[in-house]
Amino acid sequence: MINFQYARAADIADAVRRIAAEPTAKFIAGGTNLIDLMKDDVERPSRLIDISRLPLKSVEATADGGLRIGALVPNSDLAYHPLVTQRYPLLGNAILAGASAQLRNMASTGGNLLQRTRCYYFYDTATPCNKREPGSGCSAVNGLNRMHAILGASESCIATHPSDMCVALAALEAKVHVAGAAGERAIAFADFHRLPGNTPQRDTDLRPDEIVTAVALPAQGFAKNYSYLKIRDRLSYAFALVSVAAALELDGDTISEARLALGGVAHKPWRDAEAETMLRGRIASRETFAHAAELLLRDAKGFAHNAFKIDLARRVIVRALTQAAQGTPQSQSSKKIR
Amino acid sequence: MAPTGTARPSGETIRAPDKIPISLTVNGVKRQLSVAPWTTLLDALRDGLDLTGTKKGCDHGQCGACTVLVEGRRINSCLTFAVMKDGATVTTVEGLAKDGVLHPLQQAFIDHDAFQCGYCTPGQICSAAGLIAEGKAKTAEEIRELMSGNICRCGAYPNIVAAIQQAMGQS
Repeated sequence: MINFQYARAADIADAVRRIAAEPTAKFIAGGTNLIDLMKDDVERPSRLIDISRLPLKSVEATADGGLRIGALVPNSDLAYHPLVTQRYPLLGNAILAGASAQLRNMASTGGNLLQRTRCYYFYDTATPCNKREPGSGCSAVNGLNRMHAILGASESCIATHPSDMCVALAALEAKVHVAGAAGERAIAFADFHRLPGNTPQRDTDLRPDEIVTAVALPAQGFAKNYSYLKIRDRLSYAFALVSVAAALELDGDTISEARLALGGVAHKPWRDAEAETMLRGRIASRETFAHAAELLLRDAKGFAHNAFKIDLARRVIVRALTQAAQGTPQSQSSKKIR
Repeated sequence: MAPTGTARPSGETIRAPDKIPISLTVNGVKRQLSVAPWTTLLDALRDGLDLTGTKKGCDHGQCGACTVLVEGRRINSCLTFAVMKDGATVTTVEGLAKDGVLHPLQQAFIDHDAFQCGYCTPGQICSAAGLIAEGKAKTAEEIRELMSGNICRCGAYPNIVAAIQQAMGQS
């Protein structure tokens, strides 16, 4: 780790002022990813601006029936919050599928959105990586790419976004509230994270002088028919090879609303409008779900070590939608898949 | 939280920061110390306060050997800068026994032979204390899942789960 300065932000305006004045500085909240990256010399901030004491730690029901989650609410507090377990269990389940109890106690809501990929080459400063050193090349395309993208990748970068929480937030159509030098704005979750294109160094559309202040959920929580099914190389405390957040509204056997988001397969939580549109109005059945999987994966492309993910994703989509339709969501403690 | 990664040109030097005075209440005793911005809570405890019960394993938050309780919550002390915890209350494995009597978890780990080399044990015990305080684990399956942030390379897991179950029964 290299030398850096430390400052504590007094309030949100002070945090924005400080980051605008020193673009090589970084905010720190939980620190679980940033400190790790600093130890490996991947992140080299000139200064850390500590935002962990700002008053952004509440979870509140909103007048429109939704939920407003402060950016500094720890992942564990959010997962176990009564309003989440009752109204948005898909979100709570996704959070509990990720990391460890200690990390969830530390990691913040905003930081979870902004965590970097766990691509081995991004972490290894001895190898080329376009995300870490733009223009240096991608070591993963022809390297070890078991955990890498099958959708939306580019020649520049085949990294995946590592979050579980964000997969649920994508399915729930959350909004990300941010404050910056130019004022406040709300970003639709689908527009927050980016595909790599030719600029994989940019994970999100957050501007350099902006800070995440809250994540807002709309009223529709899919508390009855949902599942978060995550497949990984070991049963706990591992990143997803493929994960699926499935959420349905059912009118008898007929699907009236469907949400389907995938983790571990792309540079951002992956949704597909065609697949979700097809599901609406159809009978909830294995055939319907298989059709949705085919649609979602129509452009999937595997690499030397991850082509298995395409068939795996197809199966996980069908299973997660089946679990959602049956009202039998995947347990995050028993890993038996039913 | 800026979206771009390595902003600083390599080779650029900046002034070495002064050490920052902080205070921590560790195992019930208020302690003053001076730390560099990059001193982790783990290093502050071990090197600054000579509390070497807390172990450095991977130093990347993957093994759990550095687990301590901050404000009663279990965290990885290797992924926390000490300066960020100025004013906090910290409990390490040295603070669990009271008046010469082992904490129920410490006794249970002995009763169940829940270790071999013992290097992960302080982290396991602090993590289990956090787990019991959280109150979310009831079954052996749930204990295993919620202890997955603590790795034991000797493989004492069945005995660790049994020890935690014993201590849970007493709490």
